[in-house]
Amino acid sequence: MATENSFNRGLHRWSILLAFCTLLLVVAGALVTSKDAGLSVPDWPLSYGKLMPKMEGGIFYEHGHRMIATTVGMFTIVSLIWIFRTDRRNWMRKLAVAALLAVILQGVLGGMTVLYLLPWWISSSHATLAQLFFSTTVAIALFTSKGWLGGPAIVPEDAENPLRGLSLAAPICLLGQLFLGAAVRHKAIGAIYHICGAPLVTAVVLWVSMRILLHYARNRELRTSAILLISVTLCQVFLGIAAYMTRIAYADAIQPMPLMVTFTVLHVATGALTLATSIAMAILVRRNLGERVEMPESALEA
Amino acid sequence: MFLQGCVVLMLSGCGSNPAPQTQTKAALPEAHVDPATAGTISGKILFQGAKPVMPTIDMSSNPSCERQQKTPAKAETVVVNPNGTLRYAYVRIKDGLAPAHWAPPAEPVKLTQSGCIYTPHVVGIMVDQTLSIMNDDPVNHNVHAESQTNAAWNISEAPKDEPKLRKFSSEEILFPMTCSVHPWMRSWIGVSSHPFFAVTGEDGSFSLAGVPPGTYTIEVVQEKLGRKEGKVTLAAGGTAAIDFTYGN
Repeated sequence: MATENSFNRGLHRWSILLAFCTLLLVVAGALVTSKDAGLSVPDWPLSYGKLMPKMEGGIFYEHGHRMIATTVGMFTIVSLIWIFRTDRRNWMRKLAVAALLAVILQGVLGGMTVLYLLPWWISSSHATLAQLFFSTTVAIALFTSKGWLGGPAIVPEDAENPLRGLSLAAPICLLGQLFLGAAVRHKAIGAIYHICGAPLVTAVVLWVSMRILLHYARNRELRTSAILLISVTLCQVFLGIAAYMTRIAYADAIQPMPLMVTFTVLHVATGALTLATSIAMAILVRRNLGERVEMPESALEA
Repeated sequence: MFLQGCVVLMLSGCGSNPAPQTQTKAALPEAHVDPATAGTISGKILFQGAKPVMPTIDMSSNPSCERQQKTPAKAETVVVNPNGTLRYAYVRIKDGLAPAHWAPPAEPVKLTQSGCIYTPHVVGIMVDQTLSIMNDDPVNHNVHAESQTNAAWNISEAPKDEPKLRKFSSEEILFPMTCSVHPWMRSWIGVSSHPFFAVTGEDGSFSLAGVPPGTYTIEVVQEKLGRKEGKVTLAAGGTAAIDFTYGN
């Protein structure tokens, strides 16, 4: 199997569109939970026995979520076909198949959470897989980009400041933190676990990102991803605090309050962006890092 | 539908529905009250302190609901009557009755969705009695019984649908009935194994009639203010009074 591939502008743009629509889907899903609309449509896969029920109240959010999900599913199938027709990288084709399987599983989990009245472990798995699927679409967009296909700009790994293993710590910790957040949202655990996890995960993200900025900044891809990850993580911390404070302030509210919904949904969406950025960064580290060498002082200064 | 069927099959064993309690009920003797010795327990549920102000429900995102309200509806979480008593408190005999099976009344208890509000706000019903849920609104509702002891369920009810009929097989006090289409909609259901329960109304009083003589624990449950208990002794053919006071 040939591994060389030429840049396909159409496929890359389509991949970006898929990632964008998936982020919209994450936002729509977060709105369903924040608006307490998860059970507003009791049946699945139809809605009130129809393909298109009257879009009112919570039905607007729940059925709207289903419509966007269906669109994303269709887009993923198109991506798969497009990749199989134009992309010669075997692993890329496998990734496209994995993405399709993930979106199918995600749909099944979404249906199960409705039919089984939001059991926390199904709902939390649905929320976590959504984040992973979004990261997959971002990775596909990255792998189809001109920069990726142009080849890496190899930098040797500094033996005193290794990065390859460490770069995995950020996405692993973030994924755990996202699962905790989902479990809090679905009332399986108290918010304290997610709150306690936040400084730990932030510290890991800063540790990895700062190592890149201090020791590998000469590589543009690594530098950009590290700056992006720090920025999005700091936004996420702020949004988390805001979401929690509004939740406390409106604890006695009889219906979801707009400010609480806004901050919580932004927190969920930014969580997806944080995970995707950390995964992209880990991928770029593996792509751009060369053999581990003892770095002379002069090289570090350069 | 195939996919749905597969999922249902896969998960058929993972529900949390409690086991049927048919055997327990069958083992109990039928309840019998001698009218000559039965008495009445009555009282009031009082509220002391600053009267809580209930928030106005924002129905602006649901014009069909909003149009049905002459004045903006308010939440009914804590309703203090003009005479300083509490409305929508659920009162029942918690302990003291001899173990027996009490046959539920044949007539159903009604729960109406009207103006995108549940009426009544608190419902008392007996085990195995029929709950008739009606939709008088021009909009779709879902009805979600968030019960823990009884099997939870979630059904849809379109405008002017035939009433949905449901029963509960176990005693459970109280659990919410909610609508996710209109997230402010919330009613509370108290399922009692015997007929000695009441929900306070506009005068905050309750009356449990036809009670056999004995010493009983009376329990009051209010959705936000919590539970209170008190003991009362009822003489044969007599009356007994007990009041409860909540406050902030």
